[in-house]
Amino acid sequence: MGISGADKWLELYGNDLYRYAFFRVHDNDLAEDLVQETLLAALKGKEQFTGQSAEKTWLIGILKHKIIDHFRKSKREQLVDDIAVEADRHQARFDASGHWKIPFAEWHNPDKSLEQQQFWEVFNECVKHLPTRLADLYTLRELNELSTDEVCKLLDISTTNNMWVMLSRARMRLRDCLENGWFNPTPQQEP
Amino acid sequence: MLTCKEVSELVSQTPERPLSFRERLGIKLHLMMCKLCSRFTRQMKFITKATNTFMYQPEECLDHDHATQLTDEARERIKNKLKEM
Repeated sequence: MGISGADKWLELYGNDLYRYAFFRVHDNDLAEDLVQETLLAALKGKEQFTGQSAEKTWLIGILKHKIIDHFRKSKREQLVDDIAVEADRHQARFDASGHWKIPFAEWHNPDKSLEQQQFWEVFNECVKHLPTRLADLYTLRELNELSTDEVCKLLDISTTNNMWVMLSRARMRLRDCLENGWFNPTPQQEP
Repeated sequence: MLTCKEVSELVSQTPERPLSFRERLGIKLHLMMCKLCSRFTRQMKFITKATNTFMYQPEECLDHDHATQLTDEARERIKNKLKEM
């Protein structure tokens, strides 16, 4: 197959691979590097492609591992700080007796939003504003390649309990962001 | 009796965290009487669904976004790298 094979992959699946990488690592150059590394690895290992899965699925599988390698190599900020900050954020919602300080409104027909393109645009913006570690944790989990223990180890999360807390904090942040940006935008916040 | 703070904490940690019988019961009793926590629980369920969908396949959720793509320049660069092999 040789070079023409990789060129064909680039032609056919280059864009899909790039988008797959970009929406998980949020960086143009990095996504490009990952596509390149994937195609190089695919060239080297093309004998392993048995043809049982579609070519694209096989390439995405290689890309997933390149993405995991990237997360493994990237340097991370202190976890303790993250959890402490998030705990303060949560605390601030409640009064001394543990009741909600500020009431919030019902969301109107949220499931309908899932079909709307603008909703996902807003959602993507909200994800981009998550602390990196929280977004990375979610991304790694959803790649479905590593066990919970492996994900925790890779991200330096000391206990499963901490992972639950982090996932819940990510969801709370997304909840707040969507409430302000989608469900109940307050007029003052618009430009 | 669980406080709103505790209930919101517990419901936002599901579905990952397995809850004990006592916790589930505590949540149930609290939600029967607390409108805001019931609302919060519904919202978190929706957020969990949306987040799992998005994080699993962001490229599908943003299918209409045609701005994010491999540029011709990037394609050329990758092609040249592959030639060096």
